[in-house]
Amino acid sequence: MTTNDMPRWATGIVLPILNLLSALLVAALVIHLLGEDPVESMQILINSAIVNPEGLSYTLFYASTFVFTGLAVSIAMQAGLFNIGAEGQMYFGGLGLTLAMLAFDASLPWYLLIPVGMIGAALFGGLWAFIPGYLQAKRGSHIVVTTIMFNFIAASLMNFVIVKYLIPPGEQNTASRVFSDAAALPPLNAWFPVLGDTPLNISFFLAIIALVIYGVAVSRSAWGYKLRATGLNKHAAHYAGVKISAMIIVTMLISGALAGLGAVNSIMGSTHYLSLNFVGGAGFVGIAIALMGRQHPFGIFLSSVLFGALIQGGFDLSLEKPNIPTETFIFIQGLIILFCGAMENLYAPVLIKLIKGKKG
Amino acid sequence: MTFEDLHLGSIVVSTVRNAPVLIFAAMAGLFAERSGVIDIGLEGKILASAFVSAAVAFATQNPWYGILAGMAVSIALATLQGYVAVTQKGNQLVAGIAINIAMSGLTFVVAQYFFQQGGRTPDLGEARLPYVTLPGSEAVADVPVLGWIWTQLLGGHSVLVYAAFLLVPLVHWLLYHTRFGLRLRACGENPHAADAAGVSVERTRYTAMLIAGALCSFSGAYLAIVQSGFFLRDMSAGMGYLALTAMVFGNWRPTFTFLGCLMFGFFNAVQIQLEGVDLPVVGRIPGALIQMVPYVVTVIVLAGLMAKSVAPKAIGVPFVKSR
Repeated sequence: MTTNDMPRWATGIVLPILNLLSALLVAALVIHLLGEDPVESMQILINSAIVNPEGLSYTLFYASTFVFTGLAVSIAMQAGLFNIGAEGQMYFGGLGLTLAMLAFDASLPWYLLIPVGMIGAALFGGLWAFIPGYLQAKRGSHIVVTTIMFNFIAASLMNFVIVKYLIPPGEQNTASRVFSDAAALPPLNAWFPVLGDTPLNISFFLAIIALVIYGVAVSRSAWGYKLRATGLNKHAAHYAGVKISAMIIVTMLISGALAGLGAVNSIMGSTHYLSLNFVGGAGFVGIAIALMGRQHPFGIFLSSVLFGALIQGGFDLSLEKPNIPTETFIFIQGLIILFCGAMENLYAPVLIKLIKGKKG
Repeated sequence: MTFEDLHLGSIVVSTVRNAPVLIFAAMAGLFAERSGVIDIGLEGKILASAFVSAAVAFATQNPWYGILAGMAVSIALATLQGYVAVTQKGNQLVAGIAINIAMSGLTFVVAQYFFQQGGRTPDLGEARLPYVTLPGSEAVADVPVLGWIWTQLLGGHSVLVYAAFLLVPLVHWLLYHTRFGLRLRACGENPHAADAAGVSVERTRYTAMLIAGALCSFSGAYLAIVQSGFFLRDMSAGMGYLALTAMVFGNWRPTFTFLGCLMFGFFNAVQIQLEGVDLPVVGRIPGALIQMVPYVVTVIVLAGLMAKSVAPKAIGVPFVKSR
């Protein structure tokens, strides 16, 4: 019996949970070494991220962004491409969105501004992923290294664009001007006052719609079948008539567009202006989410909420426990990628033995 | 500053001083990848060893203890990568990325815990490595060209700079003229053939990762103890990826990889020199755009516009013994 013959509940649920627990266990050990109580820290984290309604609202707000970056990494993974560039693609998506807002926020009504902003974000994000995709498809340049380079290039280029062109005259803050009120996504606290003064907005529903479209497109469409075939065995897919280079380029375009759409929630839903480094690692979180959620829409959703909770709870935790700064969660993110991605079959031999033992 | 202030001499000297970070890491990557293990985790290992080297050097006031401690950590991380690649037969790319992200967070947390300076270590002061003064420097210092060559180009560097440049022929010899090197390359090209010939692919790849870990630690130590004199958050700033690219550019061969490292060191030196200089025709180039240069060059190299590279055949593929 190999991992391929294991029942789906074992590979799909038990293994990911065991992997996640291992990552959290290592994190708890580090927190213990930093002289803090892991159990107490966990309680603070859960309280401020899940139990408290305002906290939960923030958790879901962060999750709305993470769903998009998680989807971006996931769809590329389906084609066997490891897109590490979601960070830069979302950053560029933010630029596309901002240019659209700066041009139209005085003239268009809100119901047109939202799609215009989304198109701008998707277009720029997609463009930033297109070049690495093209280079991978046509020149064989390794997508992992090119997308990493594009993250660095995006950081410098955006710094240049914001400082040189987008700061309004007389302002010191390295950010674009604030958009008009028409460009703000409707917040959910208008309907649910219990959420308090939090930025959770309709992009939460946009994220759910994106998850559903992704699920249908990948598992229920002919295109999705070709996509998965490319990821599993591109020589076989090529033999069956799939144009591999076109597949790579189109998948990267979609992946970048999804990452770009992550900016809609962060900018139109919360800050209402483009600022330096607004992405803040959301693209890298997407890698962890895609690996932890096994590129399954439901898994992506759960992992996004988990990471939203880690960010929100971690922020409150860092205020109470100065020895656990928010950077601790970058470390935990790395651990989750390690255990859920690189060592995903760590417990498979034990589990196989257990299942076999039961059957007798 | 004007165009005339661009000193060719200082560009050459800083090229020599920038290159070691890349050389150590690229040679480390060479061992890992020629044995068949993708080493995208160079960045994380550089960062971790830079922090540990700086912290231990500061605590003990002895740079050599710092280097040793950095080496231990880097080897531990490389062993973890080896465990994923060889024993777990997991995804090597994912393992490398995981190490890079985890170390970016952990170094900050630990630095903050011990020093409370915003993820920085205190200045190392006396605990930095001394610069080597070649014998007779005083005598030739005033001789026009020779003085510059003897005191600034050849002399006046840390011992690690000489180690980096001497490492290249050593690695070449080890890879191409020893039994170990032949076996290592065989494991990277055709592990099944190596296995049939009685070579343990597992052990060779683990050994390669150990060497890679040890070499990579010098890169971090150089960055922290020699170049800066302190550890700074995320100070590796893509050096690991640049080293990897130098290796791709160098077609996984030590000498060409070395040239790739010099090239990136040169771009780095030019970049620093260009800051705030009024150039003819284009005028002053903003610093943010100059920062992009190494990364753009990397993409151009990877696009195969400057060199055509052929990777080891079995790279990234877990070895499963055939029965």
